[in-house]
Amino acid sequence: MELTGAEIFVKCLEDEGVEYIFGYPGGAALHMYDALYKQDRVKHILVRHEQGAAHAADGYARSTGRPGVVLVTSGPGVTNTVTGIATAYMDSIPLVVFSGQVPTALIGDDAFQEVDAVGITRPCVKHNFLVKDVRDLAPTIKKAFYIAASGRPGPVLVDIPKDVTAQVAEYHYPDTVHLRSYAPVTKGHPAQVRKAAELLLAAKRPMIYSGGGIVQGEAAAVLTELVRLLGYPITNTLMGLGGYPATDPQFVGMLGMHGTYEANMAMHECDVLLAVGARFDDRVTGDLAKFCPHARIIHIDADPASIGKTVPVEVPIVGSAASVLEDLMAQIKASGRKPDAEALAKWWETIDGWRALNCLAYDRNGEVIKPQYVLEKLYELTGGDAFVTSDVGQHQMWTAQFYKFDRPRRWINSGGLGTMGFGLPAAMGVQFAHPGELVVCVTGEASIQMCIQELSTCRQYDLPIKIVNLNNRYMGMVRQWQEFFYDRRYSHSYMDALPDFNKLAESYGHVGMRIEKPADVEGALREALAMKDRLVFLDFITDQTENVYPMVAAGKGHHEMQLGPCAAVVPTDRELA
Amino acid sequence: MSRRHIISILLENEAGALSRVAGLFSARGYNIESLTVAPTEDPTLSRMTLVTSGSEHVIEQITKQLNKLIDVVRLVDLTEGAHIEREMMLIKVRAAGELRAEIKRLVDIFRGRIIDVTDASYTMELTGHGGKLDAFLEALPQGTIIETVRSGVSGIARGEKGLQV
Repeated sequence: MELTGAEIFVKCLEDEGVEYIFGYPGGAALHMYDALYKQDRVKHILVRHEQGAAHAADGYARSTGRPGVVLVTSGPGVTNTVTGIATAYMDSIPLVVFSGQVPTALIGDDAFQEVDAVGITRPCVKHNFLVKDVRDLAPTIKKAFYIAASGRPGPVLVDIPKDVTAQVAEYHYPDTVHLRSYAPVTKGHPAQVRKAAELLLAAKRPMIYSGGGIVQGEAAAVLTELVRLLGYPITNTLMGLGGYPATDPQFVGMLGMHGTYEANMAMHECDVLLAVGARFDDRVTGDLAKFCPHARIIHIDADPASIGKTVPVEVPIVGSAASVLEDLMAQIKASGRKPDAEALAKWWETIDGWRALNCLAYDRNGEVIKPQYVLEKLYELTGGDAFVTSDVGQHQMWTAQFYKFDRPRRWINSGGLGTMGFGLPAAMGVQFAHPGELVVCVTGEASIQMCIQELSTCRQYDLPIKIVNLNNRYMGMVRQWQEFFYDRRYSHSYMDALPDFNKLAESYGHVGMRIEKPADVEGALREALAMKDRLVFLDFITDQTENVYPMVAAGKGHHEMQLGPCAAVVPTDRELA
Repeated sequence: MSRRHIISILLENEAGALSRVAGLFSARGYNIESLTVAPTEDPTLSRMTLVTSGSEHVIEQITKQLNKLIDVVRLVDLTEGAHIEREMMLIKVRAAGELRAEIKRLVDIFRGRIIDVTDASYTMELTGHGGKLDAFLEALPQGTIIETVRSGVSGIARGEKGLQV
């Protein structure tokens, strides 16, 4: 059957089982939009800005494990997706982004809305393609989905010139794809797995540190089983939250810059560290020279380049987290050996001592709303079972600390790139993937304004997202760093002339609520959660002076955490007026 | 300790493959001393020879990151084993009067060839290890060089084994 390139594009999406495509039309993409119009299997979601499309597809991917799909036009259409593509790249999220391109004959002529899409995205994609022949279109799309979702996942861009979408070719979607230069390793080396098992069983002060690879690699169940079998403490990275049940007593909280005292101290004091699906990011390790000084390290990762990149490793294992952990568990069971119970009991005693410090405690007696209190209440009232997206900054850290995720794919945030503006569009993607489920976007008044136009998309598709806006009139994390490291010179971190978020939400057709007193927090949350078919924008006016603790400052070691507040002098709204 | 490495790469002969490699080096702050690339006897493959330097740790990262590029089919660090490296140089020099004989002698000593002649100049071709090319440039009478063009290093492993798909 002969089809046009545009029809082939849509057929490929159907054959790939794509449910939703997030996009925004424009000249070079019009043939593809026309082909989308003529069918109803692939549902197109019209965003208000292409960055929103990329984040929405990203949220869809993070919450389902299936690649998120984007369609944009050439030039500004594709440049607007770059932040979203880079966000997905840093967190290893499978995305397939289709961009229209000017006709092949015009490429290189500085044509209207022309940009070198393949060139501009090259540093932030797993791979990209420019399709110059309509006969290559279907095989290229097959490759794009395969590359995006396999191995260490990531975004793939397919740039399609307009004339290619008009030309005709015989349609055939390949069943399989073989690339001679790309064969991700799944199974770990048996000898390495054996070494890892021995090292783990010999540990006196073991520690397990797991990251986003557990969530993306569908390894949460096997990890949980292994950790319980061993009885060892476990910490998660920001990206790994939900990879192990946060309410389980063996979970010691998140680690790193704003990790718990017990997690960071256990990292510092452990003698054997099992790292799995994590990449020793600088926000996790702190000063490398002081990182895990006593530990012999086992590192399991799908990406060989992540192993030994920043921290030397004694037992490297390349493979998918799920497969390697299963082998490791089988090895441990087959050995007939058990962990050193006496040493472990002593180790837990030490850890419980650190825990007793209650490092996340905050002052509950003030007149103003504490952001942590809002998140505690949100956790309670949602039973810990909501999909929670966040933007970037203090609110993101507090959510990570106070919302206890027991399941993977429930916590959706931009960890690697730290993209403000991610939360709302990501929540849209999550809500499309999970209609009928509760999706909450925790944000701040600075972050939310970076993609606030998507409130309009939420109205068009009736997405009943609950937006929890922790409004402290500051870019809170910037302000915190200025307080600590810039001698309280609050340079451009205070934002004047904020909109009335109530009216703004209402003008988009949503419900707005403004909450100013601690006593009103619970009631407002209850009321909002009860409005199951409406988007509710909860604008919580929170304490301007609150900081995120504990904190491992850049260049410090895990054992050098700052635990409590220094006397903060932060100019308030009134003083600044 | 920083050491010089010659990394030989088979990569898909696709548009953009070269810029993926070059982009990787600039994005991650690795240095490139020289880089040569041309198609092989199999027109779907290009062979690239890349000379870089760095500590063991950096070189390990470079080879891992290169291997992650979808267009990279296979690679080998030639400096890990016995290998041969060659570089080709084209040099144009001022050569008039007595200098003509002197330069001709030098070219013979270095086993180069004169490939173009005018009344006042020679253009020569010289192949060998980079050090030999450097030595030849040193040996030329001062102020005679008009232009030099070096190909960058090409390398191949000694013995029967080859870098193949």
